[in-house]
Amino acid sequence: MGRYVVRRLLQMIPVFIGTTFLIYYMVYQLGGDPISAMFGDKGADPVFVRLKREEFHLNDPLIVQYWYYITDLLQGNFGTSFNGRPVAEELKRAFPVSIRLAMIAFAIEVVIGVGLGLLSGLRRGKLADTMVLAGTLVVISIPVFVLGTVAQFWLGSEWGIFEATASVGDPTWSQLVLPGLVLGSLSLAFVARLTRTSVAENMRADYVRTATAKGLPRRRVVTRHLLRNSLIPVVTFLGADLGALMAGAIVTEGIFNVDGVGRLIYLAVTKHESSTVVGAVAALVMIYLVMNLIVDLLYAVLDPRIRYA
Amino acid sequence: MPDMNKQQREQLPTASDEQPQFGSIENPGLMLADEEGTTLEKRGAYAAPEVQGPQSKPRGAWGEAWRELRHNPSFYVSGVLLLFLIFMAFFPGVFTDIDPRHCPILDTNKDPSGDHWFGTNVQGCDVYARTVFGARASIIVGVATTALIVVIGGLIGALSGYFGGWLDTILARVTDIFFGIPLLLAALVFMSSFKDRTVWTVVAALGIFGWMQIARIMRGSVITVKKSDYVVAARALGAGTGRILGRHVLPNAIAPVIVVATISLGTFIATEATLSFLGIGLPPTEISWGADISSATTALRDSPYQLIFPSIFLSVTVFSFILLGDAVRDALDPKLR
Repeated sequence: MGRYVVRRLLQMIPVFIGTTFLIYYMVYQLGGDPISAMFGDKGADPVFVRLKREEFHLNDPLIVQYWYYITDLLQGNFGTSFNGRPVAEELKRAFPVSIRLAMIAFAIEVVIGVGLGLLSGLRRGKLADTMVLAGTLVVISIPVFVLGTVAQFWLGSEWGIFEATASVGDPTWSQLVLPGLVLGSLSLAFVARLTRTSVAENMRADYVRTATAKGLPRRRVVTRHLLRNSLIPVVTFLGADLGALMAGAIVTEGIFNVDGVGRLIYLAVTKHESSTVVGAVAALVMIYLVMNLIVDLLYAVLDPRIRYA
Repeated sequence: MPDMNKQQREQLPTASDEQPQFGSIENPGLMLADEEGTTLEKRGAYAAPEVQGPQSKPRGAWGEAWRELRHNPSFYVSGVLLLFLIFMAFFPGVFTDIDPRHCPILDTNKDPSGDHWFGTNVQGCDVYARTVFGARASIIVGVATTALIVVIGGLIGALSGYFGGWLDTILARVTDIFFGIPLLLAALVFMSSFKDRTVWTVVAALGIFGWMQIARIMRGSVITVKKSDYVVAARALGAGTGRILGRHVLPNAIAPVIVVATISLGTFIATEATLSFLGIGLPPTEISWGADISSATTALRDSPYQLIFPSIFLSVTVFSFILLGDAVRDALDPKLR
């Protein structure tokens, strides 16, 4: 197990470098000159451009520029945005908000998703099952931005069931319920379908028959034997999803005006705030990679048949 | 000889190191080779003369899958919807005489009426005409991107699975790198780098960051097929790498790729619409559901129809591709029969 973790951590290094380089390349090279992008049609003062180019090492070859960047990054220095604010500070402000939003979305998708999946899997072929299948398919088909806009307008503004927008800076938990629901809806549908398949498959397993045959009440068979085993694939999905929820919040945070990482990235992209984009995405990639590692380890803990050498 | 092959092949492990949810559909790759079917021969997919037996069975795996599909109602539902949408994308003029770019500002935010079936938008354009004409960009982006990921992912997966070794290690890391960035995020950053965006910029953005799943599936299939007797036999008879890949490996690995490609098509259409909604997708000259939905949000209170109709068309399109993908998977997965 220990050796496996070390190997995985070592494998993460090239992936992290590759991913940040890819983002770095796209932001700084594909977009043309980032300094001239700071100015409008009037153009910039050539002296200022030269100074800035030197400050951001823009005259060096790409690989050298990247080297400066990644060494700074590994020392916790995410760089400064062009207007002089440290990117690390912006991230420190935005991340707690996104984490809170992701937690709400996560809680919703776990409770409702697993609940619906269990119900559906236990009653395979019945009305409840068909309804869950159809409902989740509909949710999967509707793009998040449509769902978000519609939910915000009707559930939020018109009928006033939820709070429609979050306040800037530090949104309250109740303001994040509706965004969380929208953000978690897609994964909720996947969780429900995954749980359903898994439960329906394990219903035919020998250990379930044994448990029933030795006279355990159905409730105990379902919670102790069936559900525990059925949740193994679901847990791996959920773990990977937690990383994706943080990044996938671009649209949701935009619609509901939540001041998190997704909105930060979106605003930075539209304003060509290169260092903010690269810094925020690098942080997200790190989270994503670590989550994937935890998921793989969790997999071994949950399923003793899997051993990592 | 075919019988012996079959027995041995059934003992082969499936590519279990790949993503679990697709583990089940990696079997048909084997099944396709096992049964000598007329359908397959006509397609030229099964063309290994050394194992060609008497035509004892009436149907091959493709024929079996087709039969399965024809009994699946969701295949018909999605098929009819998709044919309709594709027809609309190519011949929008059949559905409406109104010019979607003709926008008299006096007609702003009208409710649906006889003249304007879906009402008008903020600028006074006819929402029905714009919805009909909007299908084209979505379908083009979806189909072209899917073709691109099948080529990129198929090539990388096939090379990595067939040659293995250091090439496999490098390509696996490259795949991991691209997997590390969520599609929407990557596409957003990519698109923002281009000042002049076209449909093909969107296709490139989605294609470059969307091929990884196909590559992994392809790699798994190729590794499984590679070890089989008919490939060994073909190599023994002197067939070159290109021939083995093209004639034996690819036809047998293609089934799970088709399933993933179909479902991905829906995802790409949704992602394109999301990019356009964020204002960073298709250029403003292009009529796009995503952009129209975005501009409709400002007038929701006055006329929600301009949001609802394009949203329904977009969702139904995505829905149809997912449903079709599900139906194809059910048909190709022998475990469910």
